[in-house]
Amino acid sequence: MARTAAPVTLTSNALGRLVPEMVNGQQQVPFQGVHGYRVQGRKAAPPIRSAADYPPGGDKRVATLAEALEACGIQDGMTLSTHHHFRNGDLVANMLFDACGKLGKRDLMWFPSASFPCHAPIIAHMDAGVVHHIEGSLNGPLGDYCTDGRMRGLGVLRSHGGRWQAIQDGEVHVDIAVIAAPCADPFGNANGVHGPAACGSLYFALADSLYADRVIVVTDHLVQFPAVPWHIQGNNVDYVVCVDRIGDPARIVSGTTEITNSPDRLLVADWTARFVRDAGIMKEGFSFQAGAGGTTLAFAIYLQEMMKQAGVRARFVRGGSTNYLVKMLDEGLTDYILDGQTFDQDGVVSMRENPRHQATSPFTSYNYHGKGFFGTFVDVVVLGATEVDVNFNANVVTHSDGRLLHGIGGWQNCLFAKCTVLAVPAMRDRIPVIVDDVTTLTGPGDLIDVIVTERGIAINPRRGDLREAVRGKGLPIRDIRDIQREAEQICGGRPRPPRRSHQVVAAVKWVDGTLLDSVWKAER
Amino acid sequence: MAQPRARELGRGRAAGAMTRIGQAGHRGERSDCWVRVEARDEGGVILCVKSKVEVMYGHAVRSTCLTVLDAMGVRNAALTVEDQGALDFVLAARLEAAVKRAGMGAGATFLPPPGGGFDGQTARERFRRSRLYLPGDQPKHFLNAHLHHPDAIILDLEDAVAPAEKDAARLLVRNALRVVDFGSCERMVRINQGQLGLEDVDTVVPQNVHVILIPKAESAEQVMAVDARANAARLDAGLTAPCLLMPIIESALGCFHALAIASASPNVVALTIGLEDYTADLGVERTAEGRESLWARQVVVNAARAAGVAPSDSVFSDVSDLEGLRAAVLEAEALGFEGKGCIHPKQVPVVNAGFAPTPEEIAKAQRIVLAFEDATQRGVGVVALGSKMVDAPVVKRALRTLRMAEALAMVPQDWRRRAGGTLADGDDVRKEPLAEDGSW
Repeated sequence: MARTAAPVTLTSNALGRLVPEMVNGQQQVPFQGVHGYRVQGRKAAPPIRSAADYPPGGDKRVATLAEALEACGIQDGMTLSTHHHFRNGDLVANMLFDACGKLGKRDLMWFPSASFPCHAPIIAHMDAGVVHHIEGSLNGPLGDYCTDGRMRGLGVLRSHGGRWQAIQDGEVHVDIAVIAAPCADPFGNANGVHGPAACGSLYFALADSLYADRVIVVTDHLVQFPAVPWHIQGNNVDYVVCVDRIGDPARIVSGTTEITNSPDRLLVADWTARFVRDAGIMKEGFSFQAGAGGTTLAFAIYLQEMMKQAGVRARFVRGGSTNYLVKMLDEGLTDYILDGQTFDQDGVVSMRENPRHQATSPFTSYNYHGKGFFGTFVDVVVLGATEVDVNFNANVVTHSDGRLLHGIGGWQNCLFAKCTVLAVPAMRDRIPVIVDDVTTLTGPGDLIDVIVTERGIAINPRRGDLREAVRGKGLPIRDIRDIQREAEQICGGRPRPPRRSHQVVAAVKWVDGTLLDSVWKAER
Repeated sequence: MAQPRARELGRGRAAGAMTRIGQAGHRGERSDCWVRVEARDEGGVILCVKSKVEVMYGHAVRSTCLTVLDAMGVRNAALTVEDQGALDFVLAARLEAAVKRAGMGAGATFLPPPGGGFDGQTARERFRRSRLYLPGDQPKHFLNAHLHHPDAIILDLEDAVAPAEKDAARLLVRNALRVVDFGSCERMVRINQGQLGLEDVDTVVPQNVHVILIPKAESAEQVMAVDARANAARLDAGLTAPCLLMPIIESALGCFHALAIASASPNVVALTIGLEDYTADLGVERTAEGRESLWARQVVVNAARAAGVAPSDSVFSDVSDLEGLRAAVLEAEALGFEGKGCIHPKQVPVVNAGFAPTPEEIAKAQRIVLAFEDATQRGVGVVALGSKMVDAPVVKRALRTLRMAEALAMVPQDWRRRAGGTLADGDDVRKEPLAEDGSW
């Protein structure tokens, strides 16, 4: 099953972006509009297994990860997956490919739910041929490796919901899922809320556990059956491996999340909260989601104050949870936290102890190929972006110079909220954020309603209703092109667009599996 | 490699060993750059630019480098730039500083073309509730400071700038005053003490500085020296509006000369106090409670009032304690201060709100002013509101409250006409209800 690189033929999608017809040997469908593509067929499924082939006492432990991989029948060219709940404190992905290297395996595809700078050692495995390429978020050293055209296959960037969709639709077949588990029992039940590497939810690994051919749980905190809650069910698990350490707790969750002191971010956060209040979105029983970045976290704090003043309570808040959201829950400002990932210690404790702090999976919150998803119920979501264009299209995956910066995360999936706000600076030092055309299209302007900057708020002309709602409320509503002009004037004129090569190095997927845009090899 | 060679060249040229290498700016500091200029005898200009914004603005960075070197008369030099997204005016200031530090460009300057807001004027009577200090050597804070709506921004050349960076900061502040749009903020500069401060005046006053803050003011002569120098600089530059002054009392001696200082020039508009230096001068700790500085603050208020200028309070130094700041503003207002310094933008709304009139104060002031104007119109000598007499000073204070309320758009400009409608209907303002205890 050796992988070969075929010459890339490009085609133009519904938004005029050039995308490859084939990616890593698979035929692609170009983006056809936000809701333009309907796929037919049945979901993928793992092989049927029999209990007779598993230990009757339920003890699935093997001594080492290498042993487990061999027992799973690892072969060259297979796809191996991991989750990113440990963020920059993950030790298991590196452990996994070290083991594969020692076993002499080659041309593997790594399919993480996200990668972090701590995964830089994978570069050596790519250079050595152990890993062929990565489909998953690429940033830091891995992002540079890909942007510089050094990776053999194409990078494929998917949202959290898109990753679930790709697995369930059979676009990506996971041969072996390796699930780092902060707490597990010998049967393979596992959760993220107990143990030294506690990270909160484990649900980024849920699809892997359901659809992979083989599933290995790796833990440093084995408990006697039953490990509850079972975020991962042992009935889906083949082997359990105990190791000394699966993660660096200090890098998995922070002790506490601190609000930013940056005056400009605070200003943008303040305007965003006022917008949400003054547009009438902040009302009894509403819901919101905000990222854990500096600006979006500050927004949640400002909004919380306004909710208290107005005597308004939320029905639910979607996390990324932090101590600030937990405080809202504890003070009764929201009935529920529906939490995709946990950013600090208070979040972990709250998820463990408060039944109203509910762990959610990409299936419930984000999967477009399902019978609905929570992301569409959220009244307002506040997100960041590296660039926004005058048609409200946005980029989150590359820098303005075209280099890979970070993954999509849940960002694309969140765009389906009833009101989508991007809270961004008008410029970053000398880099204007509002541009004519985004470097990499990650989110279509059809789903992006409001851009809040420190120099004014732009409302998508599609949303006359929002414009009407905030009329006369004293908010600095401006045309997006006005803000663009002002920033460009300060920065010293129009920025030159990145010189890009004609070589595609990565593809950006839409939530339905179609191709939204390409990332190009950087010209040095 | 380069440095020994430069020393060699220096020795070979003349006695007195001319400096041949100049550096300026800050490495790795965002919105800033670091530059190194090495004078050469031949070979033209060699540019080595590493820019974070290479793709988007690398061409502009190079072109600015060449323009500035040309204006400075530098024909042969090796120039290294490490750029973290510095705007042109920052890059130009850094280059000019480095060229001068390399012993070149004597007498030459490079003034970037003026940007928006350069021509804005101020007025003596302006409200100066909040004035936001910006370290004069850190360009990253300049651009967005006005978005937080302080009444004034202060580009600080004194305490916020290290002694070795005074020359570079002066050029950076000069360029910022030309180029950055500070919106509707009053443009202030805190100069250095002594001779250095007078040189600061020469450089910054032609760039339309509205108010100069004079640190460590201890005598009227000191203020007069700055005033004379500022006048000369502004006349040279063809500016018509006077440059206003705000001396800072920061010592026991300053307290004793406060009235003379506040009266030293008609250009003095406000008197303020620096409590860090003052408490150091007394040899006491600066406490949150501030008992050690109460006398000094009252002296400043009284001297300012005696001289007919506005008293303004010191800064509140705990940025994270907004509740403490709120209390400090109320206390300052109660002592008679009209404004306060801010060291972080998040202090600005608290200070602005604290010194702004409350809706109750505005309503009371409106009743007083209407009663006064009504009485004047009817030729009645005595103004009364309900059962209470209204004295002239009370009217004066009410007018001031309303001026501020109007300036802050807290009342419409035509509130008299709106209120006048009810008057014409025979609704005598003197029948306006008073508080139960008969007070306002």
